[in-house]
Amino acid sequence: MSGFTSVVVQTAQLSLRAGGGALVGLIFFLAVVTVIPFGVGPDLNLLARIGPAILWIGALLASLLGLDRLFGGDRDDGALDLLIVSGQPLTLIVLARAIGHWLATGLPIVIAAPLLGLLLNLEPLALAAMTLTLLAGSPALTLIGTVGAALTAGLARGGVMIAVLVLPFTVPVMIFGVSAVNGAIADPDPFIAPLLILCAFTLGAGVLGPVAGAAALRLALD
Amino acid sequence: MFSGVEFSLVPGELLTLTGPNGSGKSSLLRLLAGLLRPAGGSIELSLGAKDGGQSGRATAEAEGQSDDLIHYLGHLDGLKPVFTLHENLAFWRSLYGAGDDDIALSIGDAATKVGLGHLSDLPVSIFSAGQRRRASLARLLTAARPVWLLDEPTAALDADGEAMLGGLMGAHLASGGMIVAATHLALPVTPAQTIDMARDLGAAA
Repeated sequence: MSGFTSVVVQTAQLSLRAGGGALVGLIFFLAVVTVIPFGVGPDLNLLARIGPAILWIGALLASLLGLDRLFGGDRDDGALDLLIVSGQPLTLIVLARAIGHWLATGLPIVIAAPLLGLLLNLEPLALAAMTLTLLAGSPALTLIGTVGAALTAGLARGGVMIAVLVLPFTVPVMIFGVSAVNGAIADPDPFIAPLLILCAFTLGAGVLGPVAGAAALRLALD
Repeated sequence: MFSGVEFSLVPGELLTLTGPNGSGKSSLLRLLAGLLRPAGGSIELSLGAKDGGQSGRATAEAEGQSDDLIHYLGHLDGLKPVFTLHENLAFWRSLYGAGDDDIALSIGDAATKVGLGHLSDLPVSIFSAGQRRRASLARLLTAARPVWLLDEPTAALDADGEAMLGGLMGAHLASGGMIVAATHLALPVTPAQTIDMARDLGAAA
């Protein structure tokens, strides 16, 4: 197994095994989505209209959970030193960590979204659009969050700090995600254009995130 | 912290760094490992072809730190507690590259060599401090790299462990490796050179 894949696999396993954050994120997503109808009331038309936004907000918040252990653990147990001494490019290690984290936390959210959409009275077309936009956009959320995780790797309680740092940068992703789903349901609004912008966010974050994350980790060492 | 450090090592030599706590032994090791940047000066690491007729061996030369020449053993062991010893070693082996197959041991052999062969399927979370130290030493054996930077390698090891460490260091030096070790205890192997951080460098202790 190459170094890159083994980092991906290790990251996914770390968050899936006992004490990891993968399940917490999924349950948090479930909690957000199921609680809102109780607050809003049983107006099915209203729920169908705000459903995509609720799902995206839930996915956004859930994807921020567990990020604090992404590099915090490596810093605490000395693995960060060893990763750097290994001579593998730190940028690629950060990218591999981000991919592993997304596979363990982001992908389950994407899969759960259409099921939870049923609770919000979303029509089938909206469910499909919801899944597709989350698939395109949630990697961007993780990659942006990776930079925050790298910046706060040295802090003991970095979790809240990550949310504060990262949330402003993830808002555009959510805006285009929700508008794409609305575009799929309501006829005059565009669907393809916001979806492509989501893909562009993910691709851009895939390039910039690892570079920025690696720089932040090196900064944390000095 | 300190200045005027100057030394050069040839294959087969052990350099020990001694001195009181806070004199900069660990910092010097981290500089050598490329984990800290020096405020001035340079670190050069060049590896010529090994003697013994291995003419096909590539010559790596690097200014600053080289990519795949160094093993670092710090205060922290970099072991993930939820993984078994075997999984931990396999992870580091895949990142460090197995290197020269004649020298690098398989994961099972390395675990046996440090006396942990019977524990390789148990999670590292239940290991004692000494066992974790031994696991770190096994990591050095699973990938062949010529330069070992050891920070207090005898910490937490029992008498058996120290003898085992002496054997590993001796074998590494005999195969043409180099070791820089920071310690304030006597090591089981006699060093070729010693730098006393407090006396030789006038470091602010």
